[in-house]
Amino acid sequence: MTTPASAERLPVLLSPGPRRDTAAERFGGRFAAPVTYAVFGLLNILVFGAHAHGDATLSFTPEFAKVSVPNLSLAAAATCYACGLVSIALAVVRLLDVLGIIHLGRVWRRVIIGAVLFLFIIALLVWADGGQAIAFNIVNLLSGTLSDSIPIMLGALTGVICSTSGVINIAIEGQLLLGAFCAAIATSVTGSLWLGLLCGALAGSLVGILLALFAIAYRVDQVVLGVVLNTLVLGLTGYLYNALMTGTYSNTLNNPSTFNPVKIPLLGDIPIIGPVLFDGTVFLYITYIVLAGVQIGLTRTRWGLRTRAVGEHPVAADTVGIRVLAYRYRNVILAGLIAGIGGAYFTIGSVGSFGPDMSSGEGYIALAAMIFGRYTPFGAIGAALLFGFTTQLQSILSSINVPIQSNLLLLTPYVVTIIVVAGLVGKVRGPRAEGIPFIKS
Amino acid sequence: MTAPPPATEPVTPPPPEADKDEQPGEHRSFGDILRLAIQENTVTITVLALVTATVIGGLLTAFTNTTVLTAWGHFFSAPGNAIGQAWDAAFGTYWALFEGSVFNPHTVASLFQQASFSAAIHDGFLSAVFNPLSETAVQATPLILTGLAVALPYRAGLFNIGGQSQFIGGAIMAAWLGYAYNMPFLVHVVVCCVGAFVGGAALGWLAGEIKARTGAHEVIVTIMLNYVMLYFLAYLLSSHSLMEAPGGSNAITLPIASDAHLPLLAGTHLRINAGFLIALAAALAIWWLLNRTTTGFEFRSIGANARASRVAGINVERNWTLVMTIAGGLAGLAAASVILGTDFTLNPQSYGTYGIDAITVALLGLGRPGGVVAAGLLFGALHAGSPGMQVATGTPVQIVQVIQALIVLLVAAPPLIRAMYRLRAARAGGLSTTMSKGWNA
Repeated sequence: MTTPASAERLPVLLSPGPRRDTAAERFGGRFAAPVTYAVFGLLNILVFGAHAHGDATLSFTPEFAKVSVPNLSLAAAATCYACGLVSIALAVVRLLDVLGIIHLGRVWRRVIIGAVLFLFIIALLVWADGGQAIAFNIVNLLSGTLSDSIPIMLGALTGVICSTSGVINIAIEGQLLLGAFCAAIATSVTGSLWLGLLCGALAGSLVGILLALFAIAYRVDQVVLGVVLNTLVLGLTGYLYNALMTGTYSNTLNNPSTFNPVKIPLLGDIPIIGPVLFDGTVFLYITYIVLAGVQIGLTRTRWGLRTRAVGEHPVAADTVGIRVLAYRYRNVILAGLIAGIGGAYFTIGSVGSFGPDMSSGEGYIALAAMIFGRYTPFGAIGAALLFGFTTQLQSILSSINVPIQSNLLLLTPYVVTIIVVAGLVGKVRGPRAEGIPFIKS
Repeated sequence: MTAPPPATEPVTPPPPEADKDEQPGEHRSFGDILRLAIQENTVTITVLALVTATVIGGLLTAFTNTTVLTAWGHFFSAPGNAIGQAWDAAFGTYWALFEGSVFNPHTVASLFQQASFSAAIHDGFLSAVFNPLSETAVQATPLILTGLAVALPYRAGLFNIGGQSQFIGGAIMAAWLGYAYNMPFLVHVVVCCVGAFVGGAALGWLAGEIKARTGAHEVIVTIMLNYVMLYFLAYLLSSHSLMEAPGGSNAITLPIASDAHLPLLAGTHLRINAGFLIALAAALAIWWLLNRTTTGFEFRSIGANARASRVAGINVERNWTLVMTIAGGLAGLAAASVILGTDFTLNPQSYGTYGIDAITVALLGLGRPGGVVAAGLLFGALHAGSPGMQVATGTPVQIVQVIQALIVLLVAAPPLIRAMYRLRAARAGGLSTTMSKGWNA
């Protein structure tokens, strides 16, 4: 909808609709954190501890590893009780902080969140593996999480750059899908994986160009635009897949090879950490580089400062001579490259051949991860890993026949995202001018 | 229909010459007036968007067809053949779509070859003539209802991507009430429809309430709810103690009782059912609600300018919740039309692509009930004709999705169409997809 002309030029004057600062208090915001931790602790004790039996074996060695780490055997019930008690103790500490009796810094609060989550996961794993003959391989779980999350992580980083520049990018899904499609075709035709990777990246960028053109030049509502672009890419790739990539052409157009894992010398041999972090396909290392690049770029460089200015207060940025529209165009199109690479992972990074709707909504998950991660690169990566972790955990748990409702496990991250977005755990605020077109006056 | 308030003035400031033309009181010839009437009409834009999308779709079908590509390989030796083949492929596709959705001459021919008219009716030859139209209506029914579920909140300034979750909510209720209870004929249908409305409305209410209370953006909340409901449906269908039919592992419910089927409208050979009438009635009701009631006025007022409406004493938050609840109910009714009208069971894929299709229907319908019905019928026709088209011409059904997305992309960006056809800027845009409010508003 249009807003009066003066307000358009000064987005800062647009006050957000309802007073959202009060929302957290209305839901008992101050006590939300300690109560949540206590609930997690009670879950560990009452649900996992009470139903756990036997010993759980956790294994830390991948197959064919040079250095082997001994398996860890734990009494399931006792471990769950211990995890629960520690969680409740942490809840009490946090409560004392809320009441002002002790003072915790920001870092310590985050450490507590991490610890509670970690204990919850340990209790879950121990309960799941308790009494099972097969050892639960932690390294497989973690490395699977990391590689499964690559598209989500790269998509979320794309979203971070676009949002910071003031453009809402819902078309991440389309960028992933087109990236996967073009990477598969290019690799099949040329036989070169690197050309495939390049084409995938360019395909993501192509969707970025469409997004930038319609959002910045034609000022189409960016949410609507993103959804429509996703539909367009979904239809187009599905159509071309059926028209060109099945039947006679499937061997020539849809038969790409895939990247092999590359183990980094030395680092890859470190027990536990090595196989998880330093033994993956080139996509994993690209993700590291992009993460570092976006984090440093946005916080430590002139480009980042200007990008943030363009997203927060384009009028002020324009006044000091920053070319707002040029920045938005360039950032949206370049960010598309990242999502395109993420899409290429689907085909030439893991599965090989392309299938219709291959990204299956991971672009939307990336969007959620971006918001969940409070529009910061590391936050987005963390949230993306959380989504990837539940998926990976679900597939491993169902393979060892744990009596857990896999569908309910899969829906938890989405519920958590709603809770986070609703500000019950803390307020998420995006860049001020996000989604508002800039008209130079 | 409704004149947009003055706040929604033209997006692109008209060039000075255009201003001069539109000075009131100046003498204008009939030709000028006619030209202005055509150029400023949003209907013109929509028609041009339809034509453009059709042409692009035709080019796509032609140049992905292997016969055509071979012919174009010999373009310089036989250019006529190449162009002819391309035309045949594109025209053949659209003709097959038409035959499958509106009227197939062969069915009329076979009707007249029968010995007597009564025999023709009895053997279903008459039904065969009307079958394409019946299929169009059947396909259009859920599209119209979910389209209304997007269009109504759109008029109130909310973007409802949660059609899928609300559809699933309605489908669960409709199926459960349908198979688990025995009721007399008409009562059962009504109870199921009301249940579906409530099921969808609950999901819509949830999204609206979260938005109203915490200011969380409805797009994110509804996307997340889509996934929550998707997994929740899979969960319900994964266990015999919940909704899965006993004695099988097909993740499907029992068929609903025959008393709960929506009554057929035109004999047993045609699938057209009372759901189509429900959809038309719903469109009429929404038109009445928007244009003849205070509530509708408040919706439109909020959509035009939420801040001004709040200042004028309208309870914006309450209206957000209300409009999302009604929208959810409409999506629930769409589920009823599918479950009770054509599918008769519920499976994990029942929701189809209605959530996304609904957005294209609502946008093409310019957010107005009448427009939604027209757009729903058009897309319903495309859906109805596409399976036959794939069989007859080998063109994959996804071409429909491509055309759909192209149409909406072009409709949503009037400046693009104006630039393509050198039209003058309209005084007031039809659907204000241009100039968005941004995430934080």
